[in-house]
Amino acid sequence: MDVARLVELNAAYARAIDNEKFEQWPELFADPCLYKVTTAENLARGFESGIMYADSRAMLQDRVSALRKANIYERQRYRHVVGLPVVLGRENGAASVETPFLIVRIMGDGAMALFATGCYHDKVAADGAGVLKFAERIVVCDGGRFDTLVAIPL
Amino acid sequence: MDIRHDASVHEPAATPHGQTPHGPWPEDSLARVPYWIYQDQDNYAREMRRIFEGATWNFVCLEADIPNKGDYRTNQVGGMPVIVVRDADGSINCFENRCAHRGALIAFDDGGNVQNNFKCIYHAWSYDLAGNLRGIAFERGINGAGGMSKDFRRETHSPRKWRTTTLSGLVFATLSPDTPPIEEYLGAEVLGRVCRVLNRPIRIMGRFTQPLPNNWKLYVENVKDTYHASLLHLFFATFRITRLTQAGGVLVSPDGAHHSSYTIGTADVPGTEAFREKGLRSESDDYKLADPSLLDPVEEFGDKIQLQILSIFPGLVLQQIHNCLAVRQVVPKGIDKMELLWTYFGFADDTPEMNKRRLKQQNLVGPAGFVSMEDGCVGGFVQRGIAAAGDKISVVEMGGSTAESQATRATESPVRGFWKAYRRYMDY
Repeated sequence: MDVARLVELNAAYARAIDNEKFEQWPELFADPCLYKVTTAENLARGFESGIMYADSRAMLQDRVSALRKANIYERQRYRHVVGLPVVLGRENGAASVETPFLIVRIMGDGAMALFATGCYHDKVAADGAGVLKFAERIVVCDGGRFDTLVAIPL
Repeated sequence: MDIRHDASVHEPAATPHGQTPHGPWPEDSLARVPYWIYQDQDNYAREMRRIFEGATWNFVCLEADIPNKGDYRTNQVGGMPVIVVRDADGSINCFENRCAHRGALIAFDDGGNVQNNFKCIYHAWSYDLAGNLRGIAFERGINGAGGMSKDFRRETHSPRKWRTTTLSGLVFATLSPDTPPIEEYLGAEVLGRVCRVLNRPIRIMGRFTQPLPNNWKLYVENVKDTYHASLLHLFFATFRITRLTQAGGVLVSPDGAHHSSYTIGTADVPGTEAFREKGLRSESDDYKLADPSLLDPVEEFGDKIQLQILSIFPGLVLQQIHNCLAVRQVVPKGIDKMELLWTYFGFADDTPEMNKRRLKQQNLVGPAGFVSMEDGCVGGFVQRGIAAAGDKISVVEMGGSTAESQATRATESPVRGFWKAYRRYMDY
């Protein structure tokens, strides 16, 4: 799989979230899909839970609806710095890809702090129109500590 | 400078029996809470000593965390690091994670397995699975020189040992010889509510830590506060997971310390108009899930209780929100910081379908929980709001000023129960 296209996909992902165009975020996923936020330790121990878990594009849309309409939190946004994707293999038309990330959280009062680092474990495939989508994105955070709350997807 | 009279070594003045360091409790009422209680450093130290190291049962791990001999977890009770370990005979020991020699952590991982002993990495002093000091490196010196003095008694130099007990797979520890058996400690009603959920072997599904920018008591109060649930958490109210107008109530143990709030499943209840009339933010008719499979609960406890939040004094929460099960441990980290340790679990006999259902419902809780997210920030809002209000007082008067069980959730009775127990432990 063309790494340049994966880089573009990741750039679109980061841009949607960091520019608060959250409604664009589910569009980057296949349907059905798997999106999960977990930790390296849970993964190593075989614990399946995530703090966010979605297996359909609609469930991702519900995340966006909730953060827009339901949940209460202080004004904040993210800045993603996404590293280069490594293609590990290919199976059933989907590429297994790992991409490291770093997320700074910017609070309403201007405080900027490292919020999460980790690695995206992805399965990426082209849809019918040839557009790359995440069939799977497991957000594997390096640490297990999530400060205060996680309203916006990582 | 005479180091024996260092002015920075500050010993708080003794307070008269039944009085706080700031005078009598406001109005001597369970419905009043002074704000200095969330800010005072000496008071914090007193809490560690009198509550966490006092006659309380503190959650230290799940039995499922340490199934085999030599399995251990490290944890923190109040301010004290501890090791919890499964002994050869299947019993569980808990002792201070502090080497008797120079005070280093004996174990610095969050868990693992040791065969027969723990060894401090600093000077290789070793401890058996009960926390007894067994081995001292070079105890007799080298070639007859050095070594420990001959009258050193290993048995008088061990880390402090906690007494442990188990209840339905939960492991608790206490430092005090006076703590009553856990069943008596909880009282029959709350005990019954623990056992109703933990009725068979569990399996751990995940662990997450949530650092919170507030005093530990603000989180415990939040857990006991059923009044806020439908008002702060829109997700709860809209999807009728719980709302104050739904049937339910609160149980408070006779000593006030422990509680269980619950909601009985009903399709709809007359009187939900109460929300609309008040124009409360929590009621939103146009918000529907695009994928309702997130909330596809099944009745698994056979008693129509959809939601149960239970607290065990001082710092454990057992949660059943439909099929989403978790324990949350409150770890104080200073006057204005704490950590919430989440362990999500299911049962060992879960089908793949039930496992998937739990994974989806876990979206409701935790640091990113649709219904618990706000609890992560609201304690910090209080901590910041009261910054200049140490001499002012909070009002906790919904549902009266006593702390008994009530058949409504529009009450702060369990919160008053917390203060009833707190004041007794603190002698305020």
